[in-house]
Amino acid sequence: MEISRTHAAGGLPAAFMTPGSASFSDFLASHAPQMLPGSRVLPPGQVDAPHGTTIVSATFPGGVIMAGDRRATMGNVIAQRDIEKVFPADEFSCVGIAGTAGLAVEVVRLFQVELEHYEKIEGAQLSLDGKANRLATLIRNNLPMAMQGLAVVPLFAGFDLETHAGRIFSYDVTGGRYEEHAFHAVGSGSMFARGSLKKLYGPDLTESDTVAVCVEALYDAADDDSATGGPDLARKIYPVVLVVTADGVRRVPEDEIGGIVNQVVDARLARPDGPTGLRSS
Amino acid sequence: MSMPFYVSPEQIIKDKADYARKGIARGRSVVVVQYTGGIAFVAENPSRALHKVSEIYDRIAFAAVGKYNEFENLRVAGVRLADMRGYSYDRRDVTCRGLANAYAQTLGTIFTENNKPYEVEMVVAEIGDSADADQMYRLTFDGSVADEHGFVAMGGQSDQIATALTARYTEDLELGPAVALAVSVLGKHGAPEPRTLDSSQLEVAVLDRTRTVARKFRRLSGERLTSLLADQPDES
Repeated sequence: MEISRTHAAGGLPAAFMTPGSASFSDFLASHAPQMLPGSRVLPPGQVDAPHGTTIVSATFPGGVIMAGDRRATMGNVIAQRDIEKVFPADEFSCVGIAGTAGLAVEVVRLFQVELEHYEKIEGAQLSLDGKANRLATLIRNNLPMAMQGLAVVPLFAGFDLETHAGRIFSYDVTGGRYEEHAFHAVGSGSMFARGSLKKLYGPDLTESDTVAVCVEALYDAADDDSATGGPDLARKIYPVVLVVTADGVRRVPEDEIGGIVNQVVDARLARPDGPTGLRSS
Repeated sequence: MSMPFYVSPEQIIKDKADYARKGIARGRSVVVVQYTGGIAFVAENPSRALHKVSEIYDRIAFAAVGKYNEFENLRVAGVRLADMRGYSYDRRDVTCRGLANAYAQTLGTIFTENNKPYEVEMVVAEIGDSADADQMYRLTFDGSVADEHGFVAMGGQSDQIATALTARYTEDLELGPAVALAVSVLGKHGAPEPRTLDSSQLEVAVLDRTRTVARKFRRLSGERLTSLLADQPDES
C-alpha cells in the first residue's frame, strides 16, 4: 500500500485537522507564517513604492458610504490613475486603504478571507465590532513594516445589523481602533476632505446627497493635495463609491457616479471653491 | 507468555469497514440532487446548529453523514484548504477535484493507519457554468472516491433511497420539484416507517448558478423552504 506516501503528496496536513481557531490569519500564523504580510523580515533601508491616498466615509440614515479617489503616487510620479482603494470586506462592510498600495491590497485580501473564513467555520457572521477588531489586529501585525515606511492605514465602515445603523472605524499604524461619528477621512488629502465634509455633511442627508457630499470632499482633497486624483472626465475615471445598507454592499454604478461627478464639476465651473452652505436636500 | 492471535489483513480491513458502515447506517440520510439551476442538498436534520450541509468555497459545498465530530473536522480542514489555496493563488483556482483528492488521501490514511476508521460518508460538489459542468464526488470512509451524476444518497437507508430516486429522477428538474423529490424519498424511505417531513425537520441548501454574487451557496430554511415545498404538487 502506498497510502502513506500519497498522503504526504496530497492528503491534508495535521494542522488542517487540528480543531481550534476560526481565524484564517491565526491559522496561517501557525501553519504558513511566510504568507502573512506582517511576519516578513525586511532588510534595513527604504523602498519607493506606490502610495494610495484619500478615502472618505460618511453615514446617512440607514447606512454608510465610502468613497476613494483613483490615484496612486510614487514620489512626484502618478503611479496609477485608476487604482481601486475601496473594497467590500463582506456582505455588510467595506474597507478603504491609504498608504503603501501593494501591502494595503494584501491586507485587504487577508481581511476579506478572514471574515469569510470565520463565517464559514462558525456558521455566523462576526459582529461589526468583531470585524473592526480583527482588522485592528491585522494592522498591528504590520507595525514592523510601518516603522520602515510601509504603513497601511485603513478606514472601515459597515452596517451594524444589531443597531441598524451605519458605523465608521478609523485606525492608526499601531492598530489603534477608533469609532468615528458621522464622517471621517484618511490619507494624504484627508484634512482637506474632512474640512469639506464638516461644512457640507448633515446627519439627515439622503443616500444620494451623501454620495454627492463625499464626491465634493474628494474634489476638495484633490484640489489641494497633489497625491489625490480629481475626477478624470476625459478618461471617465470616477471615484469608487460603495454604499452599505441593510441590503448589503452596493457599488454605485459607473454611469450613476458619472452623473453626480459631472454635476459637481459643473457647479465648480461656476464656483471653483464649491458650495457655500449646507446642501439643500 | 501468551502469543497474540494472528489476524489476517483481509479480516482487519473487513472488520474496520463493517464497523464504519454500521456507524454510518445509524444516522439519518442526506440526498444531493442536480437541478437545472444548480445542485440541491437535502438532509433530514432537526438541528438548526449542527449542520450536515455547508459551504466550502464560492462554487463548492459539502454534505456528510455519520459521526458529527469526524465530518466536522474534515469540513473545517476543507474550508482551510480552500481558503488558503484561494488566498495564495486565485479564487478560480480552488476546485472540487483538488478538495476531493485531499479528502480521499486523508480518509484512506486514517482507514489504514488508525485502529478506528472515520464513520463518515461525504459528498463534495461544485457547480459549473452549465449543468454538464457540475461535479459531484462521493467519498467513503476508506478513501474511495466516486464521480456521481444526477443524484447521490448517503446514510442509513441510502440503498432504498437511491432505488427510489433512480425510478423518479429526471435530468430537467427545476429547484422546487428537485427539493420536493428529495424530501419525498427521504420521508418515504429514510426510516422503516414512511413519514411526511416538514421544513423544521429538514436542512436544505443549494449551490445556485443564478446567484449574481461570487458565493453561490445559499441555505433555504423557515418560511422560504415551507413555501417552496407548499408550491409543489403532492407527490405520492
